[in-house]
Order: sequence, then structure tokens, then C-alpha cells
Amino acid sequence: MEQAFHTKAIHRDNPAAHRILKAVVYILLLAMAFFTLIPFAWMLFSSFKLEREVFSYPMTWLPETWHWENYSLIWQKVSLLTYFKNTAFIAVVVTFLQTLTSSFAAYAFAKLEFRGRDALFLAYIGTIAIPWQAYMLPQFIMMRSIGLYDTLWAMVVLQAFSAFGVFLMRQFYRGIPTDLCEAARLDGLSEYGIWVRIMLPLSKAAIATLVIFTFVNTWNDFMGPMIYLTRDENKTIQVGLRRFIQQYSADYHLIMAASLCSLVPVSIVFFCLQRYFIEGIATSGLKG
Amino acid sequence: MTTAARTEESPAARRSRRRKTLVAYSFLAPNFLGFAIFTLVPVLLAVALSFFEWNGGDISRIRFVGFDNYANIFNVSKVAEKGIGYFFNRVDLGIAMKNTVFYTVVTVPLTIACALALAMLLNKVRGAVVLRAVFFFPYVASMVAICVCWSFMLMKNGPINQMLMALGVNYNKSWTADSTMAIWSIILVSVWRNMGYYMVIYLAALQGVPRELLEAATVDGAGRWKQFIHVTLPQLRPTTFFVSVMMVISCFKIYDVVAIMTDGGPGRATKMLVTYIYDEAFAKIRYGQASAIAMILLIIVLAVTIIQFRSEKKFSAD
Repeated sequence: MEQAFHTKAIHRDNPAAHRILKAVVYILLLAMAFFTLIPFAWMLFSSFKLEREVFSYPMTWLPETWHWENYSLIWQKVSLLTYFKNTAFIAVVVTFLQTLTSSFAAYAFAKLEFRGRDALFLAYIGTIAIPWQAYMLPQFIMMRSIGLYDTLWAMVVLQAFSAFGVFLMRQFYRGIPTDLCEAARLDGLSEYGIWVRIMLPLSKAAIATLVIFTFVNTWNDFMGPMIYLTRDENKTIQVGLRRFIQQYSADYHLIMAASLCSLVPVSIVFFCLQRYFIEGIATSGLKG
Repeated sequence: MTTAARTEESPAARRSRRRKTLVAYSFLAPNFLGFAIFTLVPVLLAVALSFFEWNGGDISRIRFVGFDNYANIFNVSKVAEKGIGYFFNRVDLGIAMKNTVFYTVVTVPLTIACALALAMLLNKVRGAVVLRAVFFFPYVASMVAICVCWSFMLMKNGPINQMLMALGVNYNKSWTADSTMAIWSIILVSVWRNMGYYMVIYLAALQGVPRELLEAATVDGAGRWKQFIHVTLPQLRPTTFFVSVMMVISCFKIYDVVAIMTDGGPGRATKMLVTYIYDEAFAKIRYGQASAIAMILLIIVLAVTIIQFRSEKKFSAD
């Protein structure tokens, strides 16, 4: 805000140049927005077309007639509903477990003194640097040997205990004054009580960030389900969509309709909570 | 508070300290158990597995082979005979490394340029909040959906080729099926998807550029461009460094876009390190060899991380 004020002051002596500059900025921004949104627009319009219309020459943007039936067809062709249910199950359970256990562990790392704290924490952040792809195979072999292969629970335990969540919450908890905890301890509140009554209510913003991060990552996860889930009734929306693409590779219009459907839940979550998401990235600069 | 407790530790104090530790562990336990079993143990096993040969099946078939897996993936005997060119043109690992490095070297600067440009443009305009969400949106959109959409758009008769034709460029092929353009289509999707994410980081960093410096530059008669080159850009250096390191790491882990758009092809034109690991592990079921490749990935990523840590110290010391 102040920045804008400031530039205005500089350019007051040359309002015409300032106006031209403003116009150029907006034109560039609109061009970039166009580039960003064009695939989504193309996806939307194609999803209402007939198969032969999608790659017609010369190209048309809008469908000749809007074929709403495409959207009912896709649900009959593959078990999209099952995929949605599976993904929602995994996303909700992972998000819940992740948030709960991370904020719990983060409290110990941030506010409690105990032996081995620093070494343990180092082990946690050390593994953030290790790419999952480097150890996905032994993890897979382990999961298979305990009978979790091709179950939704495999996806749950795979993602519910990430070091990232603990790190994010700990950073936030460290910002909460320790005096607050001390005072509560003097008042006879147990550590669990402090966590419930003081830490949780104060960390709503951090929790929101973690929730949306986890939800989006789980919803969009592709490689995990690809490795673990083979039976159709266990597939998530990402791998299910891929199956659909492979099976009906020439039904471009239906593929686009199914793709668009897969975007809907995550888009709703994003646009409702985008402030937390974007601010979370801006402050932590971290990637899930 | 702890020092006092430690010097004159009575049994009661010791008991209270032990109780504190127990309480702390009870906070850690739910997360730590899951973390230890599903992350720490596999990490250690991954290192070990790269020295064994095991092609699936019963665990009793596992056999210690020392560095054989590494010798195999580097194809040491052939490379020794035919030179390093053979490694990068014929050996799977060499091709995967070459492709991954090429992809990284192109994607990182392009994404940074776009992200920084977006951040500069958005920095002081009205409607920034809405536009910020628009540019960020591809980052949260599901990979499968956006990748399949892009590969359709890049098909022979797709909208991109038709638009190019209107501009006089006649490229009459599917991008993803052409051995030179396939990797470019992956770069295109990556830049398109990630620029909004890094834009957000740059936007935050821009708020930290001291206004006095910009003012001083203006007083000295610097135009906007000079102001950007001589003040803003140097001020953003730590951010740019941080962003590049993060991006290099995530580029080395690329899998989704490739798997959906080209599946490593045509031929081996877009084979990446992770695609290679996946093929060896889950298609060819050569666990030892897959783990050896995974260790190469791990070493590269850790090296980049260590460079980051070192330089971060330097940055904060400055």
C-alpha cells in the first residue's frame, strides 16, 4: 500500500508516462493471466464438445452445441465415484492424522525440555532433505510384507507422519511466548491442557496452512497411488483418471470432462482457503 | 532453569525431570512411531539394498553383491572401453542424468524469470490478490488433469500448433511424440505450473526491499530498469538463491509430468532419473539396481542441500 503511494509521488511530475506504464503493466499481466488460464478454458470448452470437434480444423473455441450429456456419460464409463470416495477418504484421514500428530509432536519440540530433543529434531529435518523417491522402494517392500499393498491404508500411513508438518508447526509454536506456558503451568494446567487450551487455539493460522497443504498434496498425489493401488475399487482420482485416459484414449471430450471433475474439489478448497495457503508459502517458503 | 535443577538434584527433582521427559515423549510418540517405521527405517534400508541383488520374490533370494549394482548402472566395462560419450549417449543412467540436468538447467532460470516478472508486475497494482490466486492456481490443480490437457493442446491438430500456424510457424507434429520437442513440452508445463508458486515467494521478498534504497536510487536519477538491476535484484539475491536451490531439488525429482505426458519417450528422449528408478523397481523388478540409482539421486540432492546450508550461513554472516 505504502509502496504504491510512494511510486505515485515519484511520478507525479509526469502523469502521462505514469499512465502509460500502468497500462503496460496491466496488459502484460492480462497476457500472463491468459497464458495461465488458457488450458483450463480449453479443457472446459472441449469437455462439452463432440469427440470430432475437439481437434477440428480450423479450431473452434466454443462447442457448436453444449453436450451436457458428456458429464453423465463419464460416470457410467468408469467408476469415478469410487475414485472420488477413495481419494476423499485418504485426503481426510491423512489431513486429520497429520495435523493432529504434527502439532502434538511440534509442541514437545518447541516448548518442552527433554534429553535427546535436538538429536531427534535433527533426524526429522534431515529426512525432509531426502527425496521420497530415494527410499520409496524399501518402503514399498515393507508395506507389502505387512499386507498393506493395494489398500487405502497404505496411502494413509505413507503420508500421515511427514516431517514437514512437524517442522511447520514447530516454527509456529516457537513464536508463541514461553511465558504463556509457564503461567499456565503455575496455574496447575498439565502439558496436555496447555496444548489443548493455549497452543491449539493460538495456532489456527498454522493449522489452516498445514491442512490445506496436506489436503492438496494428498488429493493430487500421483506416484504413491500409482505404485500402491492396483485394483480398480482402490484407485484414487489421479490414477483412476489415468486409467480412464488409457482406456478411452480417443474420447478426448470425455477425458476433458473427467479431468475437469477431478479439479473441482481441490479448487473449492483452494479458493476458500487460498489466503492461508499463499501466506503459508510466503512465510515458510516450504514445499510439501 | 535447568541448570539450577541439575546442580542440586534431589530424588524428587530427578523424578520430576523424568516425568517431564516421559510427558515430552508421549507428545512425540504418535508422530515419531509412524515417522520412524515408514521413513527412517526405509531410508536406512535403501542404502543397504543398493549393495544387494534381489529381483523380487521371496526374501531368501536376496544376495550381497557389493558394488556390482553401481558398476552395472554405470556400465563401467563398456564405458571404460568406449569413453565417456558412450555413457551419456547409450547407457540408461547417462541418458537419464543428461535429460534431468538439461531439464533442470532450462526450467530453473525460465521459472525464475517468469516468477520474478510476475512478482514485479503484481507488486503494486490493484487487483493483485485476485491475479495472485489466478497465477497460483495451476500449482494446486491436479497433475494428471493439467498434463493430459497440455498434451492434447500440443497434439498435431491441437490449438497450440494451429495458433503457431496462424503466426506463420508450421510445426505439423505432436510435441510429445517428437524426440527434440518432447522435453520442451515438459519444460513448458513445469514452468507454467510452478511460476505462480515462486511468484508468491518473490512477492513476499519484495516487501523486504528497503524503500530508502529505492528512493536513493531515484534521487540519483536511476530509471525503473536501473533501479531494478542495481537495487531490487541485488536485494533479492538471497531469495533467488533459496528459490533456485529448492527448484533444482524438485527438478531432479521430476516424475509426474513425464509419466503422464511422454512416459519417458519417444525412445529415451525424456527418460529422467526418477522415471528410471520407477522402471527398474516396479516394471523390471530389479530392486538392487533400482536402489543404486536411487542412491545417485540421493547423493545429488544432498549435495545441493549442503551447498545451500553452507551458503545460507554465508548470507546470514554478510
